[in-house]
Amino acid sequence: MTVTERERLIGAPVDRIEGRDKVEGKAAYAVEWSVPNPAYAHLATATITRGTIRAVDATAARAVPGVLAVITHEDAPELADGSGELGILQSPRVAYRGQVVGIVVAESSEAAREGAELLRFDYAVEPHDVVLTSDHPTLYRPDTVSPGFETDTVVGDVEAALHAAEVKVDATYSTPAEHNNPMEPHATTAIWEEDALTVIDAIQGAFFARNEIARRFGLDPSRVRVLAHHVGGGFGSKGPPRPQAIAAIMASRHVGRPVRLALTRRQMFALTGYRTPTIQRVQLGARKDGRMTVIAHDVWEQTSTVEEFAEQTSVVTRMMYAAPIRRTTHRLARLDVPTPSWMRAPGECPGMFALESALDELAITCGLDPIELRVRNEPRVDPESGLRFSTRNLVACFREGAERFGWAERDPTPGIRRDGRWLLGTGVASSTYPARKWPSVAYARRLDDGTFLIRIGAIDIGTGARTILAQIAADTLDVPLDRIHIEIGDSDFGRAMLAGGSMGTSSWGSAVVMACRRLLLGQDEALADTEGEQEESASKHAFGAQFVEVAVNMDTGEVRIPRALGVFACGRIMNAKTARSQFIGGMTMGIGMALLEESVMDPHLGGFVNPDLAQYRVPVNADIRDVEAIWVDEVDTAVSPMGAKGIGEIGIVGTAAAVANAVHHATGVRVRDLPIRPDRLLGKLPR
Amino acid sequence: MAEAELVQITVRVNGEEHTLLVDTRTSVLDLLRERLGLTGTKKGCDHGQCGACTVLLDGRRANACLALAVAHDDCEIVTVEGLDHPLQDAFVEHDALQCGYCTPGQICSAVGMLAEAGAGWPSAVTRDLVRPPRLDADEIRERMSGNLCRCGAYPNIVAAIEDVA
Ligand code: FES
Ligand code: FES
Repeated sequence: MTVTERERLIGAPVDRIEGRDKVEGKAAYAVEWSVPNPAYAHLATATITRGTIRAVDATAARAVPGVLAVITHEDAPELADGSGELGILQSPRVAYRGQVVGIVVAESSEAAREGAELLRFDYAVEPHDVVLTSDHPTLYRPDTVSPGFETDTVVGDVEAALHAAEVKVDATYSTPAEHNNPMEPHATTAIWEEDALTVIDAIQGAFFARNEIARRFGLDPSRVRVLAHHVGGGFGSKGPPRPQAIAAIMASRHVGRPVRLALTRRQMFALTGYRTPTIQRVQLGARKDGRMTVIAHDVWEQTSTVEEFAEQTSVVTRMMYAAPIRRTTHRLARLDVPTPSWMRAPGECPGMFALESALDELAITCGLDPIELRVRNEPRVDPESGLRFSTRNLVACFREGAERFGWAERDPTPGIRRDGRWLLGTGVASSTYPARKWPSVAYARRLDDGTFLIRIGAIDIGTGARTILAQIAADTLDVPLDRIHIEIGDSDFGRAMLAGGSMGTSSWGSAVVMACRRLLLGQDEALADTEGEQEESASKHAFGAQFVEVAVNMDTGEVRIPRALGVFACGRIMNAKTARSQFIGGMTMGIGMALLEESVMDPHLGGFVNPDLAQYRVPVNADIRDVEAIWVDEVDTAVSPMGAKGIGEIGIVGTAAAVANAVHHATGVRVRDLPIRPDRLLGKLPR
Repeated sequence: MAEAELVQITVRVNGEEHTLLVDTRTSVLDLLRERLGLTGTKKGCDHGQCGACTVLLDGRRANACLALAVAHDDCEIVTVEGLDHPLQDAFVEHDALQCGYCTPGQICSAVGMLAEAGAGWPSAVTRDLVRPPRLDADEIRERMSGNLCRCGAYPNIVAAIEDVA
């Protein structure tokens, strides 16, 4: 089944439709819509890590000129569902430092903020526990890992196979807590009117958010509308509604006016999710020729006492490489911390750091080229499910990348290349990410002037969704792009996948194709729903190969990345320009993960101690030099009628391992704990 | 606890003069966004750490979140809404933006940076301090490193600026 015979626009490097608006400052984000007579809300957050509020003193806060209302657990409306992170102000309990304990609403943002700072709480403090260890007393086995995978899998006798293996790797890796830190802080404008609630939110999924908000406030979903025309990045942290949305809605109902509420950057570190720290033990057994006989990947990570989040860190190991005997496990410690959540490629990203580092260690132990090792362990079918792969072009990515990167000339000996006081090295790692889709609804209408209106509840968080959906519509209808009017970002447009899980293009695109095809059959308008569509049974994943060159300073331990190349196999690429940006953006975040990013938990205070953009370091322009991304030809119609898989997350998967592997090649030092800070290299470098 | 204090100031924003009473706590950023409805200038951190709020203050790039409005009586402010610069086309063409939230700050910063380089200001990576700096990719990356882009559009931002420099 192919719909792209008229192919013209799909794949073309079309400029972003909303690009002009963004460079002219006209694109309006969540608290930038013009609303009549807005009030401003500011959150007060807990200054203890665990305990109970004994008393609230709002006298000073209420006395600030311009303050309209103070809301705490003493007077907050009872939510229909007051559980979990969104159940704010439902009890005097404090479960982590930075949790919402009050809302101050005022005529100005300045007054609201001053009021929030003057709101006083008397706490009964209890001892807390915030540090993850692999022998933590609260460790337990969750029922499933996100978003519904089996917690543990075992095939065969792992211990016996490890014991019998000719060559072995047994190493423990760790990744720190990391924060998404989209540039737009989480923010909401809430407009509570008598019989309708409008929420303009920094959100990755308007439809899901509408249902969640309606459920929390006990409203009929038809009375709630969520809008998000432009969202300033999210990377998972804007997947579900966050507490500021609930607070803004409470505030708007309380004061009877539209309310704007933006979190501060500091508040985001407690209230908007983060990537759990992980401890990962990887054990590989292989024959001397590198063919693996056994793979075991055991993971320890954290959740909160508020709700469970179980990152699927070793799930990727179930399909990545062949080996007859295998095990993956996940254990969670329940700590007095904010609940971890989705951050770009949850599961695959930290999991592949460990697995791909271990593969590099195995290659060295076997005296094999790391690419050749991966080729030798390429599975013919998905090793655990037994399903065939719809498409799997991992090896093609490595071959293409090796050619472009000049891999053939590489001398594997570590620690021997110098340029002045810099040690040079190169490394590789595989990338992968599942290719899935979720039923979505699209509307298409033929207008009198020969143009077409397309509506779909997609969200563009910077992926280029608006643009590629217009391209897909134009190609399906066989018309030029300027004949398509596309509208997105509105829960009233019906059920739609959120901008997450790299599922936007496949989910929304499939619905747009379906709606447009109905017009081709003669209908003037069509509402298409991909619910119930037959799905081809196969193991569906995108793959990629990452090549990195590093330079490590012998005196300071600083690591620089002169060159990085990603080669990806993600089905048909919808827009060469925006796709390249997605890949490079993912790789850039991966470089941050490798070298810079780390949210430091203070065991005594019990909170993240570097909650701002000066201390939580993300890559800046000067950190990113020659980063390039390309792709191999692939079309996967088992995933979507356009032949596309998703591309939003795969760019970050494997990058950190490629960097760590290159650092080993440069220095002979194996760093198994991220980020690769200078102090983890100093004293160990060749002199 | 302070009473809200109001002070009258006059600012010219994108060529238009505004005389208004401002709360002494108000930053230039909040003045633009909340009082004048110019939301093109973004708030990413409110702490001078991200560059999203970069505007041209009396012709020089500055973080509007670190500038108190009351201290800028008589100032000339140019925001992204007031620009008509080839950089804007170059940003679209090179896809130097994804979510677009850092973009107004990047563009204002780049405009200011081009003027600085034109005036002969060196940067930390300028080798030759005698001749006027040549804006190669290294210079641009260094000079633009006060503007974070979490979407990772850096290579495209550099390409867009190189086009115009
Ligand atoms: S908002 Fe001003 S520097 Fe971040
Ligand atoms: S475009 Fe999203 S932060 Fe730069």
